[in-house]
Amino acid sequence: MIGTLKGMLTTVRWLLRRPVTAHYPEQHLPVQERYMGFPALLMDDTAGEPFCTGCMVCVRECPTQCMSAQMHDNPKFTDGTSHRRKIINEFEINLNRCILCGICVDVCSFDAIEMSYEHELASYARAGSRADLDLLLEQGRRYMEMSGWNPENPEKNVAGVALAKRAAAAAAKTAAGEAGPADDSTEGGE
Amino acid sequence: MTTEQTYETVDMMLNMGPQHPATHGVFRMVLTVDGEHVVDVTPHIGYLHRGSEKLAENETYGQVITLFDRLDYVANLNNELIFCRAAERLMGIDPPERGQYIRVILAELNRLASHLLFIGTYAIDLGAMTPIMYGFRERERIQNLFESVTGARMMHNFIRIGGVKEDVPPDFVPRVRALADDVQRGVEEIDRLLTFNEVFLARTRGVGVIDVPTALSCGLTGPGLRASGVAYDVRKDYPHEVYPYLSYKVPVGENGDCWDRYYMRVLECYESLSMVRQCLDQMEEGPVMAQMRRIARPPKGEVYVHGENPRGDIGVFLVSDGTDKPYRVKVRPPSFCNLVALRPMMRDAYIADAVAILGSLDIVLGEVDR
Repeated sequence: MIGTLKGMLTTVRWLLRRPVTAHYPEQHLPVQERYMGFPALLMDDTAGEPFCTGCMVCVRECPTQCMSAQMHDNPKFTDGTSHRRKIINEFEINLNRCILCGICVDVCSFDAIEMSYEHELASYARAGSRADLDLLLEQGRRYMEMSGWNPENPEKNVAGVALAKRAAAAAAKTAAGEAGPADDSTEGGE
Repeated sequence: MTTEQTYETVDMMLNMGPQHPATHGVFRMVLTVDGEHVVDVTPHIGYLHRGSEKLAENETYGQVITLFDRLDYVANLNNELIFCRAAERLMGIDPPERGQYIRVILAELNRLASHLLFIGTYAIDLGAMTPIMYGFRERERIQNLFESVTGARMMHNFIRIGGVKEDVPPDFVPRVRALADDVQRGVEEIDRLLTFNEVFLARTRGVGVIDVPTALSCGLTGPGLRASGVAYDVRKDYPHEVYPYLSYKVPVGENGDCWDRYYMRVLECYESLSMVRQCLDQMEEGPVMAQMRRIARPPKGEVYVHGENPRGDIGVFLVSDGTDKPYRVKVRPPSFCNLVALRPMMRDAYIADAVAILGSLDIVLGEVDR
């Protein structure tokens, strides 16, 4: 009897307190800063193209094989407006297969893929969960705005920075070439 | 005119599950009942079999962690920890101290979340609707913390071979301290609400009693074994990680009945909270990941590592052939081994207590079936 009354007292106390639940469709709780939603591709605005060069390392490392990618020669590389020799052509993620483990983000060395905050992607058709390049870039754009994302390695991956660095190195090389032997060690990556 | 007729009594087979809500998943029991008494019980498992052990042979060591997340889906971080410890033992890596502290804090918080879920669902098994609300409320706080640290609420993939994925966010320590205080209040509230409630006592006291020799011969581990009076805790008996630096008690029961099995978990909640607080006090700045190659490639060999999960003694037997994929991964899942004790517990119990006894074992079918 006493135990029951004690339990009732605990319950009755909650009549006067505010509920801790959120009413989901009307009310959306904010996600935490590190939240890992579905993966998204990021856009390099200095060159107007995605960061992704299609190196396929995320495709290979994905435990559920949910991605496919295709690359081609980057026309902007021949123009000299980008430092990426290859650029992504098609990229598809089957979000039904994705298990949100974040391995693709860990293995990417081009700052190209990130786990976005997207998590409400219910669709009516089965094919609706196949995210193509445009959708992935749009999600990436949203993620960059929401999180204030910064590239981890801008000197290697951001076209504007990398090209400027390369131009500076080339200028230094020509200047040095007049004086003495050239130094190739400052040459950047792809 | 009357006819004399003798009726022969026969045992009745009663099928329970696999869709029964009290089985916490897809688990089927075939009960043989004699009137109100359970004569025998045959568990049928395998409805959730995904072949995790076989799948692990085709995935790299980093990818296997995601499979371990899905074994015991209520205590994901404890599972990640045990596989990472096995791979580290094979490779001879010692994770940095800060990494170990973060791992232990997360594992103990996950134990807490798991026990809170148990308390809530166990009450609902016995017909008490309210405690699950309290249990889920506290669990939600812990999961919010996990989300801020690991990025995911359940499938974290955060504990890695050689440490953890990344350092904790800067507000981690004050946040966990506040959380520990909140959860402490919450556990005390549930304790007040349920533990010594007369109806709850009547449903659980003296039900499903298992004595020490039977429990040991069945391979029962975890809170189920400690409820019978054996102070077996892998964290104490086989020290690993930073557990030797922490002071904590191993709660031990007396009767080995359902109430003891429930109460061990409540007491363990308090112990886990105190361990989390000690870890926060002792934690120092430093690296969280050992120096190693990005792709783990353990040398040829085999290792068996076990640790204390919320449900009992989980073991991983790992064989490496020197490549980046394990040759064999065998898991000793505590839920599966604890199910062996179901038959001796249920023998001669009332059929109404079948759910109470099964619930007190706290099985997770993802782990039983793998």
